[in-house]
Amino acid sequence: MTLLSVEGLGIDFGGVTAVDGVGFTAEPGRIVSVIGPNGAGKTTLFNMISGVYLPHRGRVRLDGEDVTGLAPNRLAERGLSRTFQNLQVFLRMSVLDNVMAGRHLAERGSTLADLLGLPSTRRRSRETERAARALLERVGLERAAEREASALSYGALKRLEIARALAARPRLLLLDEPAAGCNPVETEEIDALIAAIAAEGVAVLLVEHDMKLVMKISHHVVVLDHGEKIAEGAPEAVARDPKVVEAYLGAHAGREGSHALG
Amino acid sequence: MRPLFAKPISAKQATLLVLLLLIAVAPAFFPSNFYYRVGTLIFINGLAVTGLVVLIGYAGQISLGHAGFAGLGAYACALGPVHLGLPPALSLVLGAVLSGLLAWLVGRPILRLKGHYLAIATLGFGVLVSMVLANEAWLTGGPDGMAVADLGLRGLLKSAGIKVGNAELWYWLAGLILLAGAWLALNLKDSPSGRALRSLHDSEVAARTVGVDVARYKLSAFVISAVYASVSGSLLALTNRFVTPDIANFLHSIELVTMTVLGGAGTVIGAATGALLLTALPQVLTALQEYEHIVFGLIMMLVMIFLPDGLLPSLHRLLRRRVS
Repeated sequence: MTLLSVEGLGIDFGGVTAVDGVGFTAEPGRIVSVIGPNGAGKTTLFNMISGVYLPHRGRVRLDGEDVTGLAPNRLAERGLSRTFQNLQVFLRMSVLDNVMAGRHLAERGSTLADLLGLPSTRRRSRETERAARALLERVGLERAAEREASALSYGALKRLEIARALAARPRLLLLDEPAAGCNPVETEEIDALIAAIAAEGVAVLLVEHDMKLVMKISHHVVVLDHGEKIAEGAPEAVARDPKVVEAYLGAHAGREGSHALG
Repeated sequence: MRPLFAKPISAKQATLLVLLLLIAVAPAFFPSNFYYRVGTLIFINGLAVTGLVVLIGYAGQISLGHAGFAGLGAYACALGPVHLGLPPALSLVLGAVLSGLLAWLVGRPILRLKGHYLAIATLGFGVLVSMVLANEAWLTGGPDGMAVADLGLRGLLKSAGIKVGNAELWYWLAGLILLAGAWLALNLKDSPSGRALRSLHDSEVAARTVGVDVARYKLSAFVISAVYASVSGSLLALTNRFVTPDIANFLHSIELVTMTVLGGAGTVIGAATGALLLTALPQVLTALQEYEHIVFGLIMMLVMIFLPDGLLPSLHRLLRRRVS
């Protein structure tokens, strides 16, 4: 059963094609990784799927419904949640409040009721706090709950974003480099966390540079280079694909060469 | 071991308690009746500033035109009894409803703007209101202003056998309304809507991805703050028994924003401190009267440069650093 299907997605920035003709699908309970050299268009692809950028070409479907170009909050209502490569934490709020804010769709109500502090409002806040504390425990941040988010380390902020994304109870979770800047122990923890999230039936879409992590937990890998899909398949098959090897090593060798020439 | 108190006192309860104590105890130290008047003005400004806490402190949006809504509230109280035969108290409510509606209409297009552009657009709105009030002399009396009917509360109390001086009555009435306004704003802060507002303040894109309808929540903060400003303007007109277009003046908007950011826009108690300082100083130091706006501008600049979070948060941080 396909949850997400991306068809021929493309976007240009000032006449330069950033992503073109990319398509793949994601299913509940499975982890799809998008890999590729720097500048291959991975984050741009994520931004189009999550409604941050409006694609110029192609379609995004959720449950078969065309959701191309829907605002991020409308996509959130349909069960899409994400984290950000360059962190978008609510830095002036407490760690607990960050995760509570993630449960907005479940807890939102009339603003008038919230102003008056009606019992219904207080009940929703209590339920949200309970859910948020459980999620903080899950990502190992329960002891930092009352601290201001800006006081956390980079690795902790990465986990905080995952907890906030999970608070929305997503069906499709987009993780943009969740292990970037994390030490090997933290990477191991995030690795186990992502596998557990998928095991609960969430479709996970992952952009990651850590190849070991990608090869270990992915069910399916999509490889981008210069904005186009050059390969996809099972992790072992993709790793042996000559085009993939060339995209990674070739780019590397090319850079070496230009250094030598320069 | 069980803690001494089942629950530690929340920031909301602490703020309300401090405000209540200050309002209740301050009159014991008043050397003359004049200070009831100063207190009343502090509470009335504090109310408008509490509304701006919701807009600036929670939602992170700026307005340089909120005196326009204060003007609307004030003139509703001046015109309602004369033209519609409404009692002044009902005129206050009518003014608040109209201000809310106008904020909703104006806010929809201009809240799409950010930063300086939003500041200029709101400034334009405020200037427009003050020009209409000054130019439509057939309705508003023009720059000379107009008289405002008596609220009638004192007469009501008198017939119930309670005798209270006018200045004192206004002190308690304005204090009570400020407390109610603070209570509402504090309720909002840690509610689902408050979290949505604070989240879009920090990162609009992240707020959107957790499902926050950013445009809708910005608009509700704008409407709420407009209603606060309107009620504040109504109270000012009713206590002065007179109103001029100056109430909707650009400088009044600047004063309100300065008060909000001086104390610390993020908290009700911080903003109330700003209202206290900047209302009381010119009243007490009458020598400053002519230079009032220079002083306001100077304070705003100094705060922005040295205490960008406002007085109370900066003091709080300083104290915490000393202790640890």
